[in-house]
Formats: sequence, structure tokens, C-alpha cells
Amino acid sequence: MSEIRKSWGLHIGVVTLLLALNFILPDYHHGNLARVMVLACYAMGYNMLFGYTGLLSLGHALFFAAGMYGMSLTVQHLGWSAGPAIIVGLASGLAMSLVVGILSLRTAGVAFMIVTLMFAQAGYLAALYFGEYTRGDEGFVIQKAARQIGGIDLSDPMNRYLAALVLFAVCLFITLRVVQTGFGRVLVAIRENEERTRMLGYDVHLHKLLAILLSGTMSAAAGAGYGLLFGYAGATFASVQYSIFPLLWVLLGGAGTVLGPFVGTLFMFYLIDLSSDISTAYMLIAGLTLVLLTLFAPQGLVGELRRRTLRWLP
Amino acid sequence: MMLLSTRGLSRHFGGLKAVENVDFDLPEGQVRALIGPNGAGKTTYVGLLSGRIPASAGSVTFDGQSITHLPAHQRIRAGMAYTFQITSIYGRLSVQENVALALRWRTGGNEAATTKRASDALERVGIAERANQLAGDLSYGHQRLLEIAMGISQQPRLLILDEPTQGLADSEIVDFISLIHGLAGEMTILLIEHNIHVVMQTADAITVLNGGEILAEGTPGEIRENAAVQAAYLGTG
Repeated sequence: MSEIRKSWGLHIGVVTLLLALNFILPDYHHGNLARVMVLACYAMGYNMLFGYTGLLSLGHALFFAAGMYGMSLTVQHLGWSAGPAIIVGLASGLAMSLVVGILSLRTAGVAFMIVTLMFAQAGYLAALYFGEYTRGDEGFVIQKAARQIGGIDLSDPMNRYLAALVLFAVCLFITLRVVQTGFGRVLVAIRENEERTRMLGYDVHLHKLLAILLSGTMSAAAGAGYGLLFGYAGATFASVQYSIFPLLWVLLGGAGTVLGPFVGTLFMFYLIDLSSDISTAYMLIAGLTLVLLTLFAPQGLVGELRRRTLRWLP
Repeated sequence: MMLLSTRGLSRHFGGLKAVENVDFDLPEGQVRALIGPNGAGKTTYVGLLSGRIPASAGSVTFDGQSITHLPAHQRIRAGMAYTFQITSIYGRLSVQENVALALRWRTGGNEAATTKRASDALERVGIAERANQLAGDLSYGHQRLLEIAMGISQQPRLLILDEPTQGLADSEIVDFISLIHGLAGEMTILLIEHNIHVVMQTADAITVLNGGEILAEGTPGEIRENAAVQAAYLGTG
């Protein structure tokens, strides 16, 4: 079997497994997994830029929040229905990543990290400043009545899980497809050796900009999905910690692997969940585990698996 | 017919005139060596040709078109291939993928054609059996050959080689000379080279740079006899 067929088989298998879990998981884990799947979309968006293109952004919360606010503010203040509101969320993410991409790509390395961080902080402060509409840190609840698409009530746990799975599958398969194309391979080439890639005849700047657009829009899709499925939008999601989370998830799961972001998000979620059962000092346990993982699996869980046995993992 | 010409091409770094007012013509099909002592401006000069380094003044014409203001990647797509002086490959990707990246835009994303042409290029330089290794695991000499394979896989009009034999063993240099002889009929080659033996064996003509300016130009025989070159470069004046 060719490597491409093997990787499609594996990823379709993962989605099928998640579908099966919908019917067997107890309520608590069922809800958790829906949340993890949506957050994993955010991590996949981040991974497109960081893992595959090698651009470390510290400001992705801006894109997540752009999607979340783009969707929720139109629902809340314009009374739009969820379907068109999601489109607004995606368009906000796309527009935001275009602006940030054009400006931040004038820099590289540490300067890129700082510039993206600053843009995200500006976005966070803007969300606070316009508190009249966003209700700032406190946020606002999206009414149950508004959380419907085509008559399907997304606040129902079963529907919510399935909607999260659809979003997850779309992001996963887009990522898988992109990394198999010539475009995706050029992104990897840019990550590995930018100057060489330029001198092979590729427009490096354009490729990076497209990677930011894809990454930002996918992050915005996660933000819009999160707001819609869990019925809440707040400025916390625009704060710096939400820029750091996807970096952590991707590093843990394996940067530059298609499944890594999901595995990392799942692992981190349950690490905190389980360690808080054991002790109130759960961050100590979680932190120690992360240190050990960084020491012994520096390429992340899926990255390590690829290095040791499954060389064909995309 | 001149494939490449420069007029008044200059590059200054602060007060340093790395390349100064160079008028240069390279006829199609020629193997031209560019020689000169360290710091003569050879690498800077080919950097100006390929667009890696922006020119301070002057013009570059390639295949009858002015490319002075084209960015590097467009010059490559116009038919130049460039190999780096300091080996620059994708160490964590396979040898095959290194070459595939070099030519995928030429095949319009046709993977079968890309694979075939990548294999041919690797065959040509003699490392086809290492196609599935990680490029970073290759010996230094093989990495140099990979770099050349990446260049020739693009089937360029002009192949620029920046000190390709640096660090190669004697036997590898012999192979390199015959590789250049094989390529000579297919593409124009601009070769920066310190190894004078390689230059004499491969070049149709030689340009000598010194202090950023052209000191002499001519056939290998003429250059060998040129007193100014001997004084500046060969040190036997």
C-alpha cells in the first residue's frame, strides 16, 4: 500500500473512531472530547504555520477571537442566524490574517514573534475597549435559540459532538491534503531552509502569506465553532494565554504532523483534568509531566512515533 | 548570442567596493570559469547575477531580457540554477525530495514526471542509490553532488556553480570534471573555482576578478600566460 493511501486510511480511521465514541462515551468524557476536537482545530491551524512553515507566532489568539467575535457579535447584535454568522467569523479571520500577514512578514524570527504578539494584544485590548458590545472579560452567552443550523440544535450534546466532529474532520483532511501537495512541500522546504527554497525558484514570501491565511482562517473556524457549540464568547479567548495554548498543544503532540495537534490537545486536556483529581497542586504534576515529555520526546508524541517506527506519518 | 551580460554592475558594502563596474558577457553554450584570489568579489558577483544580493548600480541582461529588477526566484524560473558555495540542502528531507523540490515547479506538479526527472538527475551525478536516505546523512562530497543534481534537474539555461569542488577528494574531483564535460553541450555553465587544475580541464574561457574588477579575460592558455594574472593571483609574477 502506498504511503498516501496508508495515511488517508489512518486519518479516516481516527475520524471513524471518534464517531463511534459518540455512542459509547459517558457524558462527562463525551462533552470533553467535543471541546478537545474544536480546540484541536485551533491547534491544527497553528500547526500549519508553526509546524509546517516554521513560523512561530505568539499571536494566534487574535485569529481565534476574530472567528469567535465575528460569529457571536453578528448573532448577538445583528440577530443573524448561526450559518451566515459562521461565514462572518471565517471572513473576519481571513481578513485579520491578511492584514497581520502582510505586516508581520516584513519581519522574521524573534521580531516576527514579537510583532504577532503585539497585534494579538492590540486585539485583546480592542475587545476590552469595546466592552459595550463584547462585555469584555466577562463575555456574553449566546442564547440557545441562536445556536441552530438548519433546525439542528447545537446545544444538544449529541448534535454538538457531531458538529465538532464535522469541523474536526474538515480541518484534519484539509491539513492532510495540503501537506501532500506541492504547496505543502514547499512550506516544509521553507521551514527547513528558506534561502535554498528561494534559490530554487519559489516565491517564499507569497507561500508564507498563504500559510498565514490558511492558518489564521482555520483558527478562526475553531473560534467560531467554539463560540457556537459552547454558547459563550469572552475576551479571555483573545488573551495571551490562548496564543500560548496552541503552541503547547502542537509541541506536545508533534509539530509538523497532521495528528499531532489533536493528540497534544487531548493529552494536555486530560493531563490537567486527571492531575486536578489527585491534588490541588495539579499544575505541578502537569508541569513535571511536560518537562519529562520535552526531555524524552522532544519531537512530541506523534513526532516521536514517526521518528521511531512510522516513518510515513504525514 | 550572449546568454548573460552585465553592464556597470556594482555592489558596495559601505565603503567597500566588493564588485565595481563589471562589464561581462557570457555566450550561450560556453563553460566559463570565474577565478580570483579570496575576497576578489566572485561570490558577490554571482549573487548579483542570481538576485541573492541587490546591485548598487548597473544592469543584468539574461537571454535578451533585462532582469536587473527581478527578484531571485523569478530569475531562477527564467532559467538560471544556482548552487551555493556553502552546501545548502534540506538535511532532514530525503535525497529524492531535495531534487524533487528543485524541479517540481517545472513539471507543473506532475509527481510521476517529477520523480522520474529527479531520479535521472541523481543518476547523472552518481548518487541514485542513495535517493531514499536523509540528505543530512550523506557524506560531504555526496552533499555537494546532491546540490549539483538539484541544479541540473532544473535543466537550466545557465548553471552557476560556486566552488563545487571545495572539500572534495581527488577521485571525486575527477568525476566532477567528467560531469562538467558531459553537461557542457546542454547548458551554459559559470563556474567559480579555486582549483586551477579543474579550471584548466573544464573551462572554455576564464574571467579573472581582482578587487571587485575584471583583471583579465581569455582562453585558459592566454590566462596562464598573462603576467598581470600571475602577479595578482598565481603569485608567480
